[in-house]
Order: sequence, then C-alpha cells, then structure tokens
Amino acid sequence: MRLPFKLKFEPRTKDVPKWMPLATSIGAIVVAFIISGIVLALIGGNPFRVYSFFFSAAFGSWGAFSDILVKATPLIMIGLGCAVAFKMNILNIGGEGQFYMGAFFASMVVLVPIIPLDSPRWMVLTLMALMGILGGALYGFIPGFLKAIFNVNEIITTLMLNYVAVYWNNYWIFGKYSDAGFQMTPTFEKVAWLPKLADLAKEYPFFSGITLHLGVVFGLIAAILIWLILKHSRWGYEISLIGDNPKAANYAGINIKKNIILVMMLSGALAGLAGMSEVTGVVHRLQERISANYGFSGVIVAWLAKLNPFAVIPVAILFGALIVAGREIQPSGLSFMIQGTILFLVISSDVFLRYKVRIVRQHQEEAA
Amino acid sequence: MTQIPNGSNYAVDMRDIVIRFPGVLANDHVNFTLKKGEIHALLGENGAGKSTLMNVLSGMYQPESGTIMVKGKPVSFRSPKDAIAAGIGMVHQHFMLVPTLTVTENILLGLNEPKFFMNLSIYDKKIEKLQETFGLKVEPTAKIWQLSVGEQQRVEILKTLYRGADILILDEPTAVLAPQEIDELMETMRTLVSQGKSIIFISHKLNEVQAVADRLTVLRKGKATAEGIDPKGLTRTQLAELMVGRKVIFQVDKLEKEPGEVVLEVENLFAENNRGLPAVRGVSFEIREGEIFGIAGIAGNGQSELVEAVTGLRSSEGSVRINGTEVGNCSPSKSIRCGLAHIPEDRTGVGTAPNLSITKNTIMKSYSQDPISNGWRINYVAAHDHAVGLKDSYDIQAPTVDTMARKLSGGNLQKLILAREISGAPQLIVAMQPTRGLDVGAIEGIQQILLEQRQKGAAIMLISEELDELLMLSDRIAVIFDGELVGQMDASEADLNQIGMMMTGTLRSGE
Repeated sequence: MRLPFKLKFEPRTKDVPKWMPLATSIGAIVVAFIISGIVLALIGGNPFRVYSFFFSAAFGSWGAFSDILVKATPLIMIGLGCAVAFKMNILNIGGEGQFYMGAFFASMVVLVPIIPLDSPRWMVLTLMALMGILGGALYGFIPGFLKAIFNVNEIITTLMLNYVAVYWNNYWIFGKYSDAGFQMTPTFEKVAWLPKLADLAKEYPFFSGITLHLGVVFGLIAAILIWLILKHSRWGYEISLIGDNPKAANYAGINIKKNIILVMMLSGALAGLAGMSEVTGVVHRLQERISANYGFSGVIVAWLAKLNPFAVIPVAILFGALIVAGREIQPSGLSFMIQGTILFLVISSDVFLRYKVRIVRQHQEEAA
Repeated sequence: MTQIPNGSNYAVDMRDIVIRFPGVLANDHVNFTLKKGEIHALLGENGAGKSTLMNVLSGMYQPESGTIMVKGKPVSFRSPKDAIAAGIGMVHQHFMLVPTLTVTENILLGLNEPKFFMNLSIYDKKIEKLQETFGLKVEPTAKIWQLSVGEQQRVEILKTLYRGADILILDEPTAVLAPQEIDELMETMRTLVSQGKSIIFISHKLNEVQAVADRLTVLRKGKATAEGIDPKGLTRTQLAELMVGRKVIFQVDKLEKEPGEVVLEVENLFAENNRGLPAVRGVSFEIREGEIFGIAGIAGNGQSELVEAVTGLRSSEGSVRINGTEVGNCSPSKSIRCGLAHIPEDRTGVGTAPNLSITKNTIMKSYSQDPISNGWRINYVAAHDHAVGLKDSYDIQAPTVDTMARKLSGGNLQKLILAREISGAPQLIVAMQPTRGLDVGAIEGIQQILLEQRQKGAAIMLISEELDELLMLSDRIAVIFDGELVGQMDASEADLNQIGMMMTGTLRSGE
C-alpha cells in the first residue's frame, strides 16, 4: 500500500535559528508526556489525574519544591561533569562510582577522623569538600589514564568501576564503621552538616522544614566555572577541538593524552563533590544507596542540556521533579518511563535541526 | 565516424537533464550524447555537475526532468542494476576491489556465478579470453594486493566488460597513474573503441583529452558550456575559460630568488606506516630559505609518512632539524614553535575541525599566543577580528566567520588552512597535495600564495602528484619511490620522461 503523501528529509544548508534547539527540546518533552499519558490510559489510568497529582506532588508547596532542588543538586554537578567529558567525546558513564568515592573520601574526614571534630565548622566542611573532589578526581583518573595510555574503552571501565565503588563503600560501612551492625555509619557530628534553610527557622519561621542545603550553591558555582572553562578558556578550546576532531587537535600541537586524563579528573571531581554534598547535606552519614541513580541520570541530564552548562540546571530540576513525584505514585516505575521517553524523543528531535522535513504529496512526486 | 548521427546511432542520448539538490541546480538542462565507438571527454571543475550527470546515467539518481535514450531506446533507470543491465559500466576513481582475493574472484564478486562449485579455472580462461580481445593484460590468478595501480584499474575495466558493458564511464582514470601507465591506459581505450565499445572519459587534463577523445563536453555550474565539440585545436586557455568562465593565467610568475640559509635538514630518516611496515627508508635532504623543494611520486610511496615524520605527527628514527633545532620524533607542538606551517593532505580529516566555526578553525595554531589568548582566557573578540581579516584577505567564501567549517567548499577550506598557516609567518611550509581536487581558479590562487611565501624567504616542501605543478613551482625536485628518494635534480634540468621512470622505480639516479 502506498500512502498519498510521504515525508521528504532535506539536509539543512543554512544554520538553524538560535531559538530552534530550545524549541525542539521543549516540544520533545511535551510529546514525551503525551505518549506517556497514552500508555497510562491504555493500562487503565487517568492521565489527567495522574499528571495533576504529579504536578502538585512536585510543585504544590515550597517544601516540595525545595525537595526537588535537593534532588536536582547532585544531578547538576554530575550532569556538568558528564557535559565536560562528552564535549571532548569521552563517554564518562562512571558518575555513579565517582559520586560514591567522593562521598567516601569526604566521610573519612569525620570517620577517621582526619581533623579534630572540635574544629570550626567551615574548616571541617571545606576539608570534606576538598576530599570529595579528590576522591572523585582520583576515581576519574583511573579510566582516564587507561584510556590515554593503553586506549582502553572508557565506557567499559567507567561502567565497571561503578560497581567497584559501591562494593568498596559497602565494605567500609559494614566492616569498619558500621553503626551497631546496620549497613550505615553513625550519624556525623553536626559540625559536618552542610547548612540548610531549615536551620534559619528560628528567625524566619517560613523556612521551617525546608530541606534545601548549601550544596545547591556548589552546583551553581560549578555551572559558572564550567561555563567559563568551556566557553572562554584556552582549555575549553582544546576540549572542543579534541571533541570535534582529535586528529586536527594533534595536528594543532595539543597533547591529547594529557587532556583525556585531566578532563576525566575534572568530570570525576564534580561527581565527587556531589557525593560530598549528598552525605553532608542530606543523609548526614555514609550508607548504602545514597544515590538514587544520580550517576546515570546525570548522563541523561547532560545530553538533554545539549552539553550547555547553564541548561544543565533546569534539566536537572525537571529530573528532580520526576524523582520527587515518582515517590508519591504507584507504580513508581512511571517516572522512569517518562524519563526514558523524554531522553529518546529529545535525542531523536535532533533530526529537525539537521534536516528540513517536508510533506510531499505522492502524485506531485510522480509528476516531477 | 562516417555514420550519420541519427537517434539510433547514439549509444547514449541524454536530453534536458535537470537535477536539483537543496539550494543548487546540479544539472541545468544538460544535453549529452555519446556516439557508438567514440571516446567522449567530459570536463568541468569540481561541483560543475559531471559526477551528478554520470550518476544519472549509471542509475544512482533519477532526474527531475529530461529524457535518456540508450542505444536508441528510451530508458528510466530506477537503480544502478538497471543501468548495468542496459550495458553501462562505471569505473570509479577509487577502486572497489578486495585486496586479498584474486583478479577472477573480484570480477565474479556479486554475480550469480559460479552457482555452487567454485571451479574457478573455467572462469580464469574466460577472463583471459576477454583480456586478449581488449588487450588488458592482468594475471587472472594474481591477488589484487600484488598488482600495481594501473593493473588494478584494468581489473576494474574487466569487471564492467565481464558484466557485458559496452558503454564505459571512466571517472578521472588518469589521476592515480604514472605517466607511462597513462600511455598504456590510452592505448587500452583506443583498443576498446576499435572493438565497438563507447567510452565517456572524465578528466581535468587537456593534453589527455586531445590525445584520445573524439569529442568534448564541458560543464560549468551545472550548465554545458561546450556540447560535443572537437577538442583538436583547442588551446589550454580556451578550455580553462570554458571551465572557469574567465581567463586563467597558467604560467605563474616565478621570480628569481637566491636560496639563503638551510632551514630544514632531514638526515637518514626512517618511519613506519600504520601497519608497522617500513614506509620511509633512509631519506635525507635539505631545504633553504626561499626555495621550493618538490617531491614527486605515485601515491602510497611513503609521501604521507614522510610528511608526518617531518612535521612531528609520526614517530621516526633519524634526524629532522628546523633551523638547527632537532624536532624529529618530538611533538607537533615543538615543530610548530620552531616555525613550521603544515598544509595537510587531508583537509577535512586533519586540517580542520568540521563542526567548529571558521573563527575557531583559524586560531588552531595561534590560540595560545597573544593577542588571541591572554593568560588562561581566549579573547574571542580578537579571534573574531583575526578570522574576519583572514576571510577578507584570502577571499574565503562563507556567509560569516561563525559558519561551520564543514559547510565550506574544498577550495575555500584549503584557503582557510593556508590563511591560518601562513598568518603565523612560517619559516618552513610543508604542503602536501595543496591543490588536489580544486578547481582551476583556486589552484591558481594557491600556487600564487606559495610563490609569495617563497619570495618572503620561507623554505617550502611541496609534495604533489601533479608533475606539471611541481615543475612549475619547484626550484629542486626529488622523486620518492618505495620510501626512498631515488633522485634529486634542479627543476630547470628535470626531464619529464626521466622523472616518470623514477616514479615507477625503473630508474634511479646514479645507477
């Protein structure tokens, strides 16, 4: 059977207007919700009720919105780390492991303890942040080094090292620092808690129960920093040149091996900082499952943000909302389905940026 | 031809062919006729629409309008299969052969024979017979990798003949051949037409066209500027005018220039190719200020590896010194610091980053130097001005400097690379095939730029497969064969025949 019309894809010869990438991404997200709604209807749900419940669970109150930002915080940092690596065409999907290693290194500051726990709070927290960065960076160094020197595929190594990090963590929280045999360490001293808005509830009652902590500021600073690196620095130029054509970069005299290692370390450092922010700002101890798959969602966040450091922030908030709303709803897999559909559609929507799509009537084609 | 050219006398008769691609009219009402038993040359610059027209004839594209008649019958090809069935065979510029299979196996590849038993000896005999008829000598049981480029081309021709083609399209067949091999190919073409085949011969070179072609069609910007004219008596200037649409001066003005100090010294250089086999074997030469040193040779004799070893892109043994500083087997950045400019063979794969803007491509070598960079930052305002300056002074055709490099045509991309490399005031320029695949106008501009740099005192190493170009530009010429320089001579004393024999390895100087 032949349809009366067909789609014709013509490669674009001119650059697309500036608003186009954003518009197609938003369009793709809307279509993803529509498709998910159809699936919901097919399995007997009422999509309108589900979505309105979804929306109120996520944005219904300041408390809920603050929860979203808390979930978005690690996603921002990991998403930024992925964006830097992807920009150079290094597919770091080890955000999860680097996150755990950052959390572990930061926790060691108070668990060992590396610094007397009666030190000032800012000093403890600064050291923890630096340790988190170090842990993630070292854990990024391993696949970076293997890739640079032995050309080992970083997708495999980063993916596998995720599991190593989780079990490494488990060893310490079960074996060494277990709190009365539970798979978690004792709660950290208050000196190792990141300040949160709820701390101000005495002076400003409005903030009572608001969980938003200082980690979100780390995320915002990181976004600015990454933006400066990618858009304005010499290093950012080298990264974009290697990412687009490594042979040209080599020809331009850029040391590719060094850059692979450095970028993997930067990418890991950001995930490590996210791990530190999570243990000090949210759970206040090292334990199992501190990550709600942040390492993997970070990959998606980076792609959806088209590797733009500032776009990472709203995308991370959208994903935070999906996580928060997903807690309130059964089956809880729903929000994963929506996440997946969004990713699929946003990536495929690229076709509109590269091609002009025209509908041609079949008989016109015949006549031509 | 004594036959009256009525419809049925044409092997191919294409009328009013129109092909439109986004933004361009690739073929604008083109007429093309091929008589039985003639060689019809098709000329035109890159992008003039030659390939498009031939792709229509070989069934790859369907024209928007126009009619095609093959041997007097109207046809409408839906796929290349239909074209082959109608007796049209195309020999591509890049061979499509499997190196580890024999000649016979390659010819049979894709055919429905032998049916089950691989009794290849029968087919070897069949192919030998075909060879005798058309004078195309190749050993049927030889493996492709054992054959020279010229022999491989014969296999490609045999492939089309075995499939029953009597209309052959040869797409720039001489581009890959040495002078002697070109003569042999022309002989083959004459034999083929004497046996009743018809040939469409795509070429850039007038002397070849005049040597074999009966008629000539020239395309420019999708339109035919000459339809089936007689090439005899046409001058090079007239032909260039048909192709480019304006006068082209062929003889570039090469001024006298006394060579100065030695800039590049290469001593006993060895390098391996990507498969780990020796590709450069003990090469030594030197180039002085204000001197162009040309290296001739058939592609694949170690030129790429030699260039990469000299520019620091490939590890090597031996010595490479720029102004006395050892740069061999170091890093590309060290060579760049020593004043090296490199115009690479592969414009898109090595010379530019396709998805970055023209601006970002023009600062590839200077991004860490004042004024483009101050400290850790890149001053994109200064970079933009730098790019605009280069775009204007080298006449790079692009909407803006923010346009991505991949949207530039080959000639403009090459201008961009040259502009970038030369803006660094280099002392040594290594240029590999700087004019390959460019149209006549662009070639002229690029040769002019190289000569200007010579005048300014740069030492230039020029690797080219175009002997005419080498002879015209170089002060001294060397021939590379199988990784060795087999002869060095002054360009004024160079003898084309002798160079040709050196290129094929039949002659070494001093033997």
